[in-house]
Amino acid sequence: MAFCTGCSLLCDDIVVDLDGGKIGKTMNLCRKGHAHYSSISSGRLTPSVDGSEVGVEDAMMAAAEVLAGADNPLLFGWGGSTLEAQRAGVDLAKKLGGAIDDPSSYSQGLITEKIIAGDLPTCTLDDVRNFADVSIYWGDDPSSSHPRHMSRFSYFPRGEKRQRGYEEDREAIVIDVRKSPTAQIAADGFFKITPGGDGAFIEALVASLAGKIPKVEDKKRMLNLGTKLRKAKFGAIFTGQGLAHSLRGDLSGFVSLVGKLSEITRFSVIPTLGDYNTRGFNQTLFDETGHVNSVTFKDGVRHGQEFSIARLLDSCDAVMVVGSDPAAALPAAIAKKLAKAVTVAIGSHRNMTTDFAKVSVPMAVAGIEAGGSCLRTDGVRVEFDGLVGSDHLSDVDIIKRIMEAV
Amino acid sequence: MISVMEVYQLLPKTNCKRCGLPTCMAFAVALISREKTIEDCTPLLEEAKYEKKLAGLRELLAPILSADATETGMVIHPEKCYGCGNCVVACPVNVASDPKGTAIGRGPVSGKAILMVEDGVVKCVNVDECRRFGPEKVLCNACIATCPSKAIEFI
Repeated sequence: MAFCTGCSLLCDDIVVDLDGGKIGKTMNLCRKGHAHYSSISSGRLTPSVDGSEVGVEDAMMAAAEVLAGADNPLLFGWGGSTLEAQRAGVDLAKKLGGAIDDPSSYSQGLITEKIIAGDLPTCTLDDVRNFADVSIYWGDDPSSSHPRHMSRFSYFPRGEKRQRGYEEDREAIVIDVRKSPTAQIAADGFFKITPGGDGAFIEALVASLAGKIPKVEDKKRMLNLGTKLRKAKFGAIFTGQGLAHSLRGDLSGFVSLVGKLSEITRFSVIPTLGDYNTRGFNQTLFDETGHVNSVTFKDGVRHGQEFSIARLLDSCDAVMVVGSDPAAALPAAIAKKLAKAVTVAIGSHRNMTTDFAKVSVPMAVAGIEAGGSCLRTDGVRVEFDGLVGSDHLSDVDIIKRIMEAV
Repeated sequence: MISVMEVYQLLPKTNCKRCGLPTCMAFAVALISREKTIEDCTPLLEEAKYEKKLAGLRELLAPILSADATETGMVIHPEKCYGCGNCVVACPVNVASDPKGTAIGRGPVSGKAILMVEDGVVKCVNVDECRRFGPEKVLCNACIATCPSKAIEFI
């Protein structure tokens, strides 16, 4: 059985035919995972400095030179890196006295921080499969982003206490601004809200749970939802970027709602994270500093929005991006600042960020070409080996080599 | 899904019984379930006045007669499939025959599964185990109802 590092579900039931050391027919991989596996033979990054191809060792030395010469470096990415590489990355940031951040600073970092800190109750996806009778997808569309989420864990499978399957034993509720593919499966359980309307929905739901009349158009439906949640035996809330962006950093209402639900019955929150090891980075940095992202080691450990990539690009003089493509994900105005910065990109494939990087260093694809360990989106530790041989160095080897040379 | 009335409208509607069935409506049902072929309706083939109807009927039934359709009439549109495996896990036949695999959300392990995901796209195998197979068929729709992208249909 092979592992898939295509998304944060880390499916471990993959069957791959290895045809002379190459990837052949695959079983059980979703379309996203299959594309991830197929991609190892195309679009790979080549080592380069200032646009000219060089040897890997020279590229790593050039990367070390850029970082050593910077007063205020930012180490960004890490969601697509193994736990070992993330650990080395935190050590490198400490050594450089630089800042370290990951894409969770502009997505679900706050929710993950509350979960890791114990302010929001959580459970594993296996608990969801075995016990959950209500799954709420809030601002989250796993059918599109994590295709096997519903079939492996959250809605369709049979589990220990859920022997009769989705038709009788489980309920899917989707709260979203559009009728996403996940909402289509939920059918009657879909609650359409206006963009930014999550706060109002939380208030209405809290009122409904307390038996008060909620201030929404369809009062009866909201009261029914409240009753349904009160009657649930084990509920799971899967949060997506939609919820994180809509609440604009103020999670107090959401935390209080989950608290109220937990008083009635067991409710857990699991974020649906994008990169395969975003949760791993958040946990690694939290264990080290007490914060999940946006930390600087310059003059002690400091944390704040001002150390996130979106704000720090104004003041940092070098950026190292590891296994990520912030140029594609960030708004154009901020991506432009990144394009102007002196950038070192470490990645497995060519992307927008590597295209304008001063130095690029190719790495092996974890889970296919290199082994390691990582944390699933629910925090479960997973260890894996490489499947095929590769000429590329693993991410941890590259970070350690750069650290030696700095 | 092709309706019986659509097929009936393209038949001679004379109830001549030459196909061996009592009415053209019965023949339309037999055509859809693939118990009869268009060639069994001799007037339609021999008489020039039915030329247009024959062409229309061939066009209408093309999906049923194509190699893509399984014997149960299932057509998978690979370009729409996400490979999510919802159908694999929801399929009652898979659940009953593969309790340690598809029933608990994992890939099939028993070899008796009728739906599985190969190279990122769902594939139908062991079709004779499907509830829609054969004369005693049940119109089960678990694989269609659970598909987020409408990649599966029955014709």
